[in-house]
Amino acid sequence: MTEQSSPITAAEVTKVAKLARLTLTDAELERFTHQLGDILGHAADIEALDLTDVEPMARPIPLTNVFRPDEPGEPLDRDDVLSVAPAVEDNQFRVPPSLGEDS
Amino acid sequence: MSDEQHSPNAVDPSAIETAAAVRSGDLSAVEVLETSLTRIEEREGEIHAFNLVLAEEARETARRVDDAVAGGADPGALAGVPVALKDNLCTKGVETTCSSRILEGWKPPYDATVVQRLAAAGAVMVGKTNLDEFAMGSSTENSAFGPTHNPHDLSKVPGGSSGGSAAAVAAGFATLALGSDTGGSIRQPAALCGVVGMKPTYGLVSRLGLIAFGSSLDQIGPFSNSVADAALLLEVMGGHDPGDSTSLDTEVPAVSTHLDDGVSGMRVGLISEMMGEGIAPDVAARTRAAAECLAAAGAIVEEVSVPAVVYGLSAYYLVAPAEASSNLARYDGVRYGMRVEAPTVGEMIEATRTAGFGDEVKRRIMLGTYALSAGYYDAFYGKALKVRTLIRGDFDAAYGNFDVLLSPTSPSTAFDMGSKTADPLSMYLNDLCTIPSNLAGHPAMSVPFGRGGDGLPVGVQVLAPALGEVPMFRTAAVLEAAAREEARS
Repeated sequence: MTEQSSPITAAEVTKVAKLARLTLTDAELERFTHQLGDILGHAADIEALDLTDVEPMARPIPLTNVFRPDEPGEPLDRDDVLSVAPAVEDNQFRVPPSLGEDS
Repeated sequence: MSDEQHSPNAVDPSAIETAAAVRSGDLSAVEVLETSLTRIEEREGEIHAFNLVLAEEARETARRVDDAVAGGADPGALAGVPVALKDNLCTKGVETTCSSRILEGWKPPYDATVVQRLAAAGAVMVGKTNLDEFAMGSSTENSAFGPTHNPHDLSKVPGGSSGGSAAAVAAGFATLALGSDTGGSIRQPAALCGVVGMKPTYGLVSRLGLIAFGSSLDQIGPFSNSVADAALLLEVMGGHDPGDSTSLDTEVPAVSTHLDDGVSGMRVGLISEMMGEGIAPDVAARTRAAAECLAAAGAIVEEVSVPAVVYGLSAYYLVAPAEASSNLARYDGVRYGMRVEAPTVGEMIEATRTAGFGDEVKRRIMLGTYALSAGYYDAFYGKALKVRTLIRGDFDAAYGNFDVLLSPTSPSTAFDMGSKTADPLSMYLNDLCTIPSNLAGHPAMSVPFGRGGDGLPVGVQVLAPALGEVPMFRTAAVLEAAAREEARS
């Protein structure tokens, strides 16, 4: 097992949290950096393998196109779906404005 | 029937016996249900197996089952059998939370396919069971609504992530339960709670209405007090579903009709890599005892090396979080679940996810996002996918010489609550023996096989190749009979 300084830095965790749309407190950043480092440190065993000629396996069974006759099915009831949404207006999901984001 | 000590409710009628008695009119579904509800009333306060008990809905269902029988109709193969559902299975109009704040209060507009099939077979749904948030965990301590306790010893975890379902069956709250298994989430809690738990071949059971965690790994499967009941439940809920694009268009293997076939002449391989480092000596000893009992029953038992399984843990903890980070991107406060209001949509999404997800879910989302991000994809995610190929190849080689494989289910018996929550890696090590089957898409099941040095249940795992459920159940049935015989003597 390769013991590097740290498999992941606090700056990388900050970047990943931003990509994943999560806000971390300073204490969380420190704790998660340490814990993710432990897990990635364990993954060093496969990082060290030479797998050049091995095909990747993304799923247990190959994906095949699934066709059905082009006929209308039974859709979910619109009122049922909208009734569990956080905010609705005129039969649509309502969200805050997107303008101003990242500005 | 095994002795009372073996499982808190091992003297209960099985699902098969209950359904037969209800269908013939000898027993009323309402009476069966009241026994379950009384037990829930007595012990649920200390065990916390459920997020939601559906007492009134269940009474209504049970009455309908009894009315059908009285009217000369057959309610189905699970007539009047109390069943508990893991709370990541969608139930129409009934709160489905995944034990997460972000889905608290959400009532799905549809039923999961498995829920429909159980209802059509006359089952009585008694409640939604607790789990590690979004099925991420091995102890059910990651639930936003508090942990579940092991019915055998309340100071111990029930395992996870389907800890509520395992505890519900072990405590006699329900005769059967459904769980989901992404890296061992049915088998490990089954082992720790002393019940049977089974993960079917990938694609055998529809996942429509199972809230997604790791889509190339997730499977729904049964919990029960007996191997025969697990077989029945698999047959009721399995089979092709056009609503799930990963559903296999094949017949469910006829496990029930072959349960009594025995193991004479069957080739059984004890996996060397799962018998050494990291496995508690008492659990390894019980697994060896299981191998010996199969040999005594006429099987040809040998040790076999499946070298690549040692890389399973690392591969899994890259693949599963990568898939989770994509699947959980849908929780954005727009269409369902929690929303934390904020001035812009971007801030609303981030505030909602930050407040709605617990620590373990955040860890896995970040780990997956990292493994998939530019510069790390090849080193982590890409490599993990190649390890999957190695693991499946090594399994295929082993299955060239063996019909089924054998290992411990969990490296130890149930551990103390709180003992691993601060160290995620130590928690992940619980999945050592169960993960490889998910990576390969193979079936595997845990059968109770006596007790460890601490007196707590030990589970032994039977593994089989894709669609190898028949030899797997045959082996499990022999182990079950031997364990019950041993408990009597």
